[in-house]
Amino acid sequence: LTGGAGWAFVVFAVFALGTALAVVLARNPVHSALFLLSSFLLVACIFFLQRAEFVGAVQILVYAGGIMVLFLFVIMLVHQRTVKGATAFQHQWDIALLFLAVFLVPFLYVFWTENFPPLAQNPEALRTVRGRPAGNTEAIAWTLYRDYLLPFEVASIFLLVAMIGAVVLGKRTIEKAD
Amino acid sequence: VTITLNHYLIVSFLLFAIGFFGVLVRRNFLTVLMSLELMLNAVNLNLIAFSQRLSDLTGQVFAIFVITIAAGEAAIGLALTISLFRLRRTLNVEEAATMRG
Repeated sequence: LTGGAGWAFVVFAVFALGTALAVVLARNPVHSALFLLSSFLLVACIFFLQRAEFVGAVQILVYAGGIMVLFLFVIMLVHQRTVKGATAFQHQWDIALLFLAVFLVPFLYVFWTENFPPLAQNPEALRTVRGRPAGNTEAIAWTLYRDYLLPFEVASIFLLVAMIGAVVLGKRTIEKAD
Repeated sequence: VTITLNHYLIVSFLLFAIGFFGVLVRRNFLTVLMSLELMLNAVNLNLIAFSQRLSDLTGQVFAIFVITIAAGEAAIGLALTISLFRLRRTLNVEEAATMRG
């Protein structure tokens, strides 16, 4: 990305990180959820900038549409009052910092030693199907349904299991009348 | 400015670190779940950036799978939230430290 798109990326990235920080720091879970929503939307904007339109759209539909609604429903259901004065954080800062170091060291090692290609080698390959130009969505469909059909089916079974699990976990235990 | 893969890596790492801190230091179970979503989002950012740079669609397909997993994880996590709240009348993870039901 160069020029205006580069600056757009900087703006989106800064705001995405800022709202992500606000998710962690906000006291009220409703505020956290709204900051999370804006963070998802900004990351989707970054996807659009990289011309990954389909994933960006899925991000908006599934994350911003589905998951956020679930979160807001649960916040409404549990109806928890934010306790004034009580700290929102627990005492795990030391563990968090330790694990951050564990992540940071390999990241920096790879970051300094590896030579990633600075520019896309063949950007049109992402929007080409069998030699003819196509859209990003069509190219993804070909890849997903031809090369990754089995993982796709496994994902559908996963969703089914998750749905059953959520229903079983969420239902009240029915008192047996004797 | 010219944005290279390194910038994506830095942004993604920072996003992951923020989510990781959220998971470890927040007390509210809902916020812990939201931070988990942030971490998955950071992974997606990385996958898309590498997909773009290597001109390989596998990264984007993988990102779609990650979004699927995130949806399932959110559903299970929120069901757990509801049953925790029903049991304890709180969402504080420190008060849910006992193994007795």
